[in-house]
Amino acid sequence: MKRENMRSKVFTRRVLMLAGGKLVLAGLLGGRLYQLQVLESDRYATLAEENRISMRLLAPPRGRILDRHGEPLAFNRLNYRALLVAEQTADIGATLETFSQLVPLSEAERARIEREARRRRRFVPVLVREHLEWDDMAKIEVNAPDLPGIVIDVGPTRVYPHGEDVAHVVGYVGPPAESDLTGEDPLLELPGIRIGRAGYERTQDLALRGRAGSQQLEVNAVGRVIRELSRHEGTPGQDIQLTLDLGLQQAAIERLGDDSAAAVVLDARNGEVLALATTPSFDPNLFVTGLSADQWRAWSQNRRAPLRNKATAGLYSPGSTFKMLVGLAALEANVTTPNERISCPGHMELGDQRFHCWKRAGHGAVNLREAIKSSCDVYFYEIARRVGIDRIAAISRRFGLGVDPEIELPGARSGLIPTRDWKQRVHRVPWQVGETLVHGIGQGFTLTSPLQLAVMTARLATGRAVKPHLTRTVGGVLRQGHRAEDWPGLGIAERHLRAMREAMWAVVNEQGGTAYSSRFREDGATMAGKTGTTQVRRISMAERERGLRRQQDLPWEWRDHALFVCYAPTDRPVYACAVVVEHGGGGSAVAAPIARDILLEALERRPLEQPTHSPPDALVAMAGPLGSRANEESALPVPPIPPDSEPP
Amino acid sequence: MIARRLHRETGMGLPEKLWNTSWSFVLLLCLVAGVGYAMLFAAAGGNAEPWAGRHAIRFGFSLVIMLSIAMIDIRLILRLAWPAYAAGIALLLFVDLHGAVGKGAQRWIDLGVLQLQPSELMKVLLSLALAAYLHRASWERMGNPLFLLPALAAIALPVALVLRQPNLGTALIIGMVGATVLFVAGLRWWKIGLVLGSVAIAAPIAYESLHDYQRARILTFLNPERDPLGTGYHIIQSKIALGSGGMFGKGWLQGTQAHLNFLPEKQTDFVFTMLAEEWGFAGAISVLGLLVLVVAFAFGMALRCRHQFGRLLAVGIGVNFFLYIFVNVAMVMGLIPVGGVPLPLISHGGSAMITVMFGFGLLMSVHVHRDVEIEGAREEEA
Repeated sequence: MKRENMRSKVFTRRVLMLAGGKLVLAGLLGGRLYQLQVLESDRYATLAEENRISMRLLAPPRGRILDRHGEPLAFNRLNYRALLVAEQTADIGATLETFSQLVPLSEAERARIEREARRRRRFVPVLVREHLEWDDMAKIEVNAPDLPGIVIDVGPTRVYPHGEDVAHVVGYVGPPAESDLTGEDPLLELPGIRIGRAGYERTQDLALRGRAGSQQLEVNAVGRVIRELSRHEGTPGQDIQLTLDLGLQQAAIERLGDDSAAAVVLDARNGEVLALATTPSFDPNLFVTGLSADQWRAWSQNRRAPLRNKATAGLYSPGSTFKMLVGLAALEANVTTPNERISCPGHMELGDQRFHCWKRAGHGAVNLREAIKSSCDVYFYEIARRVGIDRIAAISRRFGLGVDPEIELPGARSGLIPTRDWKQRVHRVPWQVGETLVHGIGQGFTLTSPLQLAVMTARLATGRAVKPHLTRTVGGVLRQGHRAEDWPGLGIAERHLRAMREAMWAVVNEQGGTAYSSRFREDGATMAGKTGTTQVRRISMAERERGLRRQQDLPWEWRDHALFVCYAPTDRPVYACAVVVEHGGGGSAVAAPIARDILLEALERRPLEQPTHSPPDALVAMAGPLGSRANEESALPVPPIPPDSEPP
Repeated sequence: MIARRLHRETGMGLPEKLWNTSWSFVLLLCLVAGVGYAMLFAAAGGNAEPWAGRHAIRFGFSLVIMLSIAMIDIRLILRLAWPAYAAGIALLLFVDLHGAVGKGAQRWIDLGVLQLQPSELMKVLLSLALAAYLHRASWERMGNPLFLLPALAAIALPVALVLRQPNLGTALIIGMVGATVLFVAGLRWWKIGLVLGSVAIAAPIAYESLHDYQRARILTFLNPERDPLGTGYHIIQSKIALGSGGMFGKGWLQGTQAHLNFLPEKQTDFVFTMLAEEWGFAGAISVLGLLVLVVAFAFGMALRCRHQFGRLLAVGIGVNFFLYIFVNVAMVMGLIPVGGVPLPLISHGGSAMITVMFGFGLLMSVHVHRDVEIEGAREEEA
């Protein structure tokens, strides 16, 4: 009995110990539960929300680009595309394999898709194929069960209806480069997003792009969307109206024809760019849909450089078109007067060097007006020598040469206006007086773009320091500077400017003027201008002796550039124009007639007097809410899917 | 007929047995199973199909089995203890040779209606066999190492077989159930110290012999963020679900982690997580309390029993149930490695339910026959 008691006592004791142990363990569980559910609850609640909620971006429609009359130069059209959502497929490779049996994908495309799918977060869709045809769409829809992760989506695509006419101005859009993906704008991570890659599309990208909207979605563990929790519409990109007149632009392009050339027309009173034509051109739409390597090579290797915007990025010696500035520098410096006559025997001696006038026989004794009119070189050698290169450079800058034109286009160049300092600094050689002479006729180091020449001409014509600009309204709001009063004067004596305008008038309208044959032949308005012909290469004495001067006999790349700057009407200048024809030959023979025709077109079209029905028509739709435009888009005719391709 | 025979053997009639039955315990089990029904209903997104309905039917069936076993004379159970153990070992050998393979382990015998896991059954059968072996053992005999050797062998055999499956978690539980029975039977403390010491030495060696997936579990347990999309994913998502439940939970059927499928196996291993997410700390601690109460009942029954066989059996069954709860709940809270252990009476799954209720049937039989004299138990002492 005692032993039974012993066993029983031990049992009871140990069961109680055991129970105590179990209670401790249960307490441990309870404590842990308390820790997780009460003490750390907030942290886990956040994590659960992060699990549950997925943010998706909504792309805002890109703003349109319109000409000054509201004619669209760039807008959006619906684009059906296939996207791949990596988290919705177990095997990206297998999905793409099945997809490519329906719609062929190249190896390069598949590599790109797989690379993007790896780089982006798993719920961010990756673009597989854009611009799907209806047949392909139908095939994909029917085979949807075999294509996990593939979704069809309608997105906007950029269209340039007047492609080649405005390609260099408007530019084009393309996918963002790796370097653009800084994470600042989440919009850039959207599949198939296009941002401005060239031209106006590029410089004004932020205004056109708009701001991404967002969508909060509840998703489950495999990323399937359960429901939309909230939606925040983004801000659509703003419509931008350019100062460009499409009709004038097209006329200029047509007049330049097959030449490798540029023509710029400005409103001389306020600097608005009415035409900025460059030939040959290219079709920007090809960049949007995907440029073939062959096409790219053809364009980039073409010696006429269709991809370069020659109007803003092409640099040429101004030649004789520079002479007005040399003359003004001399007048302003009081080293000559308009009436002083300088004798031109056909050349000028300086030390042991001889500087030739283009007219070997010489011009005789000429004053400023006659020197401009007949483009006498010796006259300008002399006054350039008197005034010196630094004062010429200072005047040139006031006319916009050698400085950034600050136009809203990428790659616009400042050109070069040399000074003594510059030469010492860059070439480590002192300036020679002989060089001043050469620069007095716009040769030498001096480089200008056609746009700068047009600005120079506008400033000469109006005496105001207008700057060229392309933007007329942004989101329906007029940009500053569309009135002449917005621009300050040049600070040049009006009588000197008047003398120069007189001389330019004589160039075109007096017998013996270098552009006399390009004068307006009908009564009414007249134009004033100045020709320029610039050598592309040095002509050796030997060649000069042999008389090998006929342009047609030279290879194309060796021929002279032809330049002409002008404005009209002369009594009340409105249009300023610069034309450069690369390797065109002579300014008076080639460039002046083109410029005359463009100005006549401008005077006839009178774009500035036409009502620019911007806010009424074109901009109301723009400024309105997103919805109105979405409706407009969905109202496009939608081709029906053939009945036999519908899923069973 | 059976009733009369039972009466003859025990001197107790069926009414007396029913009177002796602890109906509050039965009620407690029904309550726990009811919680299980509610959770499985929620796991199916507010639907009795496919889990909750079957859970109810199974519980009802198991309850009948439990009450039937409770009516069996404890002395008959004592006589059948070793044959039952032998049958369990035979089943383990059978699955070793022919068992269905699931999750990299041979565990099941597919009986059509339910998949039987002999390893689960073995936990109960081992308690039974040890209780039968030790019920006569006096305090002195418990001190005799030679007497203890067969008992150790009886523990080691199923542990070894289950380890071969391989199922580390269940093997450990079987070993712990056996050790607990030995402990309450009066195993000397120095021997316990010896065993614990040798375990401490053997653990690193054992780790070396583990399967890769078992090691992965242990490593993942030590650092769940090690592999967030692999093994650790379950634990992380489970902890997020628990923590985001907060004090009062997201509400029944409202658990985002569970219903958006971030929570894995929410109807089986992780049912407690879903419960805690939807019912919060208040609900989870209450249910945990109910489960601990079940164990307390078992221990209470052990203490009230007047024969050693019943006492040992009751403790074995109680500990077994406790280990189920502890391992499962600790697992979902990231306290111990994930082990594929369900929460008994709440998780979906027939094998665990039948096994647990079978054990509770034995427990209830112990309780019903708590005052029955068992021949030989005293004689040896005298």
